[in-house]
Amino acid sequence: MSARKHFRAEKFDFTSFFFTGLTGLATLFILAILAVILLNILINGWSSLSWHFVSTIPKKDFFDANTTGVLPMIVGTTIRVFVMTIFVLPVGVITAIYLTEYAPNNSLVTKFIRAAVNNLAGVPSIVFGLFGLGFFINFVGKNIDTILHNPSAVWGQPALIWASLTLAIMTMPVVIVATEESLKAIPPGLREASLALGATKLETILRVVLPQALPGIMTGGILAVSRAAGEVAPILFTGVAYYMASLPHHVTDQFMDLGYHVFVLSTQSPNIEQTRPILYATVLVLLMLTFALNIVAIVIRARVRKKLRALG
Amino acid sequence: MPKLNVPEAKTSGSAALIHIEALSLHYGASKALKDISLTLGERVVTAFIGPSGCGKSTLLRCLNRMNDLIDNVRIEGGVKIGGHNIYSSDVDVIELRKRVGMVFQKSNPFPKSIYENVAYGLRLHSSQNKSELDGVVEQSLRSAALWDEVKDRLHSSALGLSGGQQQRLCIARAIAIKPEIILMDEPASALDPLATARIEELILELKKDFTIVIVTHNMQQAARISDFTAFFYIGELIEFDSTTKIFTNPAKKQTEDYVTGRFG
Repeated sequence: MSARKHFRAEKFDFTSFFFTGLTGLATLFILAILAVILLNILINGWSSLSWHFVSTIPKKDFFDANTTGVLPMIVGTTIRVFVMTIFVLPVGVITAIYLTEYAPNNSLVTKFIRAAVNNLAGVPSIVFGLFGLGFFINFVGKNIDTILHNPSAVWGQPALIWASLTLAIMTMPVVIVATEESLKAIPPGLREASLALGATKLETILRVVLPQALPGIMTGGILAVSRAAGEVAPILFTGVAYYMASLPHHVTDQFMDLGYHVFVLSTQSPNIEQTRPILYATVLVLLMLTFALNIVAIVIRARVRKKLRALG
Repeated sequence: MPKLNVPEAKTSGSAALIHIEALSLHYGASKALKDISLTLGERVVTAFIGPSGCGKSTLLRCLNRMNDLIDNVRIEGGVKIGGHNIYSSDVDVIELRKRVGMVFQKSNPFPKSIYENVAYGLRLHSSQNKSELDGVVEQSLRSAALWDEVKDRLHSSALGLSGGQQQRLCIARAIAIKPEIILMDEPASALDPLATARIEELILELKKDFTIVIVTHNMQQAARISDFTAFFYIGELIEFDSTTKIFTNPAKKQTEDYVTGRFG
């Protein structure tokens, strides 16, 4: 038994205990905050949530809890996220392909592009909103109107398309970085195998590299959707409407938006107490929609992964 | 590259196919290959041996210009295959790599089905119909001694195969596009002895139809399967001769020290 004694801890290891506890507490703190937010919204919002609420286009006075609804906001937020995805994924993926596959490594230009992408990620979202107004509406849109000889502004005004494009630019770095990471993670042996069989670089990228990188690219898409769904600042000047009597029919229409509606309800209400249940319910719908969009993307990604694993 | 009349190689009984002429290769400032001249015969197995870092893999990768992919590589001298310099500016690298196939050290099947792995090169280079593809896939898998093991699961993932099977699949994939030359970069170094034996049998079978250049760390392997052996040391070709001569009566002391296991 004396030999075994040698391995037994003599003293209570206080340092180890302290740091284990500290990291655990920090994690618990974050979880607690999340739980408080979600529970608060769920408990207060659930009672006002009804089928009528999510399926009704409200009248101009949408502060009345009995008649109001959020259908146009759900539709507007969903469409702007989808239109954004259609733009951000191809452009982001192609940029990432250029950076990883074609751009000369360590050249000044490549470093500059990477720095620009990283800086783009750090720009405050309200600045993107102002950029969208200045570039898309006042420059691109106005010029389209001039070229088409439109008697009144059709493209040169806030619209669904411009809000979506502004969001696409805002979320571009996320897609680029995620795609780059997944492209870099592909074993060099696969590229060599393809090239050694006489494939061109483009054939190798299209047939071997991209299919493998698809799950990673979709992760970028999911992150972009998550970020964009709740953003209000970039759409403030570029497309969101305070009130619209009907759903948007065209990409040049304005739209109502859940996030912006939360802002309106909490700042413009004539009767705060009366509006509070609607506000809670709207926030709950926004959270659920963001969650649902994520789930859809995650399910698609899981299917792609499964298919890749099964064969190809 | 038209197939030209090639002169008889001095060192081998078969016709010379590959002429490496005063080839030097630099990675940036360091010189990895020093003035190498070597003539390799057609439809024989030539082994490149030597200690790690001696340049044998680098030289192998010169033969299908895989070194083109690396930055900062500078090549002097030339390599002629069938009389044509593959480093001249009019050479189509795609065409070259169709004629000079390669099998890598680490088996690297695509994460696709077994069938699609073998059909990959065919789909790139010719739009063959399904029955033609089926035929070539079967023939290639048979040549790679893999057909009987995979014929019932051609459409399941290649990644489900064992290491040895994956490597034979890579060989099948390489021969599917009917190259003249197959370069093998330590093809059995990651395999167990049984799988290694199968690959070696396969190489002996393949040399009837293909010219094979193999890099190996395993001297018994070189002795077993190759007809000619080139010994390299720190970027230089020390000795090139018939395998029997290299392993029994080498001309250079360095070669003897290496093959008898005194260093390396």
